[in-house]
Amino acid sequence: MNAMGLLNYWFVIVLMMIGFYVLIAQGNLVKKIVGLNIFQTSVFVFYISMGKITGATAPILDSDWSVYSNPLPHVLILTAIVVGVATSALGLSLTVRIHEAYGSVEEDEINEMDE
Amino acid sequence: MEDNVILRVATKILTPYIFLFALYVQFHGDYGPGGGFQAGVIFAAGFVLYALIYGLETARRVLPLKFAALCGALGVLIYGGVGITTMMKGGEFLNYNYLDSHNAEHGQHLGILLVELGVLTTVFGVMVVIFYSFAGRRDIQS
Amino acid sequence: MLVITALIVVRLENLFTVAMVTGIYSLLSAVFFTLMDAVDVAFTEAAVGAGVSTVLMLGTLSLVGHQQKKRKTVQWFPLTIVTITGLLLMYGTLDIPPFGEGGNPIHGHVTTVHYLEESSHETGMPNVVTSVLASYRGYDTMGETTVVFTAMVGILLLMSGKKRKPSGDVEGGPSGR
Repeated sequence: MNAMGLLNYWFVIVLMMIGFYVLIAQGNLVKKIVGLNIFQTSVFVFYISMGKITGATAPILDSDWSVYSNPLPHVLILTAIVVGVATSALGLSLTVRIHEAYGSVEEDEINEMDE
Repeated sequence: MEDNVILRVATKILTPYIFLFALYVQFHGDYGPGGGFQAGVIFAAGFVLYALIYGLETARRVLPLKFAALCGALGVLIYGGVGITTMMKGGEFLNYNYLDSHNAEHGQHLGILLVELGVLTTVFGVMVVIFYSFAGRRDIQS
Repeated sequence: MLVITALIVVRLENLFTVAMVTGIYSLLSAVFFTLMDAVDVAFTEAAVGAGVSTVLMLGTLSLVGHQQKKRKTVQWFPLTIVTITGLLLMYGTLDIPPFGEGGNPIHGHVTTVHYLEESSHETGMPNVVTSVLASYRGYDTMGETTVVFTAMVGILLLMSGKKRKPSGDVEGGPSGR
């Protein structure tokens, strides 16, 4: 078991958990969406680091190189990045509308106004 | 920001090059990094820069909101249209080999070019619509 | 570096600074993607994450207000959930194949081998990621374009009405009237 490789994956898990904590523990709605962004980006880092081969190059065919990194995770993550920005844009516009309806974007103040 | 001469002149010089770079990224997506998504975002960034410096009203006269929303829908139509065309020529949905009856590789080239054009149009339209929606809602700072 | 930036986001309270630090986080992850030979992904992450996402957040903050309410207590319950989940995930990674080796199961799969070997004959373009995205997996890309279009429809529905201030006057929407 390669210790440096395992340390790489553990750093990604630490990033994921920081994003998860911001998502569930902070009260401000905009900061929750920021936490979601951090979470998503750390998942992308995890996938891309699984597709890498040491000593290989980017998957653009060239006559000088013979080993290429795996292109399949790149394709999946490209789609995921664009879907992530669409989700963030919708979430931020919902936040703006909530602010207009309730007057604040703090979660506990909104819960008090609803009861 | 209209009375800041440096910003105005710099924007006027830079905006054509931003659009040119977006087209370069789009067409060279076959030979290097790039493709439809990146080109659409860079294209929209050029318009956002223009709107920030010259004001939202001027940008709305250049590119109305309805036209940008139309671009967003047109891209998906182009993509689906390529698929329907391959079906009408006898193949399955989105099988580009049937686009050119003599050479399968030319069919693939043509199919990928059209599909990336559709993606560019949609991403450009959506980014401009999102920017107009957020910037057009004026508010007093609470 | 990424971990330090993420920790700064947790502790800050001025939301404008948080938007800027998120942009820095996206740019650092784009640099990481380049080191992992994922040039297309790095390009998209830099354009979309450090570009569009930062502009959207700054636009929202100018409408919503940029000071977060102070929270004095440390939240113990979310912290325990996060720690337990993290430890379980770290236990799960002990089974992952070693990092960067060419003999991993992911690299020997028949579709990857087919894409890398046949892409130049069947499509004639050197960039394998574009040919997989647009030709071999073209259906997924159509779904993604539809998702982006749906986001536009959702935002137009939410933000196109005229804004009502509490006193009852009306202000303009995105079409400017």
